[in-house]
Amino acid sequence: MTTAEIIRDLVGKHGKLPVDVATLGDDSDLYTAGLSSFASVQLMLALEEQFDIEFPETMLKRATFASIRAIADAVDSIVRDQAAA
Amino acid sequence: MDAQTSFLDTLFDRGILHESGVDGLYARSALFEDVIRRFEDYVIGLGRDETDEAMVFPPGMTMADFETSGYMKNFPQLAGTVHAFCGDTHDHMALLECLATGKDWTDGQKRTGLALTPAACYPLYPIVARRGALPEGGLTVALQSYCFRHEPSKDPARMQMFRQREYVRVGSADEAIAFRETWKRRGSEIMTALELPHHVDVANDPFFGRAGKMMGASQREQELKFEMLVPITSSDKPTACMSFNYHQDNFGKAWNIRQRNGEPAHTACVGFGLERITLALLRHHGLEPAEWPDGVRKVLWG
Repeated sequence: MTTAEIIRDLVGKHGKLPVDVATLGDDSDLYTAGLSSFASVQLMLALEEQFDIEFPETMLKRATFASIRAIADAVDSIVRDQAAA
Repeated sequence: MDAQTSFLDTLFDRGILHESGVDGLYARSALFEDVIRRFEDYVIGLGRDETDEAMVFPPGMTMADFETSGYMKNFPQLAGTVHAFCGDTHDHMALLECLATGKDWTDGQKRTGLALTPAACYPLYPIVARRGALPEGGLTVALQSYCFRHEPSKDPARMQMFRQREYVRVGSADEAIAFRETWKRRGSEIMTALELPHHVDVANDPFFGRAGKMMGASQREQELKFEMLVPITSSDKPTACMSFNYHQDNFGKAWNIRQRNGEPAHTACVGFGLERITLALLRHHGLEPAEWPDGVRKVLWG
């Protein structure tokens, strides 16, 4: 599975969306699709566990979790930073 | 000695507050309560024409409603719940033995079905929900409650037990947002009339932990909460004396409050920290209300 596919799976499990995640594109706005603030926190914790990463405080904002692609970009950037460290 | 401790000690020395041995838990003097009462009368007058009803709550709410509020999701560190002895004679003897020997006697305390109210508007929502769909035009309620937050502090403006007076709007999104904007404006007018330095700023609640950072950032980005800030013990970190909150349909959904069209109700509230406003007045105008500026006295004492 690609990062985006894994993320899509986690969004489906933890996002508590009123729509099927399969109907959403990678760029679809997850908040418009019904992602609540609290569900986005649960999604964040699931992503951290899945990818063994920790979101820095600067990334703990709505934009980071606005779409599957935005999340994938954020995860990639954290993984890169952690590998470089 | 820092400014917070110094102001608190001055309040104790003058007998305006009385210490208890626990930070944030104080007895209030007649002088202090008179200011609170006058301020409440003033604010009640400002909102009277648009208020449908008024309520005063006891300092506790049902555990079921406390759970429904979602408070434990967001602020577990601030919550207080009520537990009590529910044992038999044998348990009572064991409790007394612990007390006598200085051991922890609270182990056997059982839940009572009560929690201390953390925010004055929470007990309102289940009452409104039980009535069925909202009336046309929604509902505006004036209320007051003692609240509890577990955050002991030497800052007299951060009490563990304090009162909030609120106006709560329950209705459509437009009605809730318009209400909040009205009170943001009125809040500034109130502070100007009371001759207190102030400004309004976007804010977030003190959500718990790392997840809370995200909740807070999200709340700020959506501009759901504004605070009326007044310097009391610090000009760098002024104190929130009022807050103007738009809850979206969070409470409407949590308690199943419906608009006439069946949609979940949106809610907004303006909260006045009664002790904080009184402390701000004492800080800026002096510890003798009889000597406060004429304009301020006219607003509060007529």
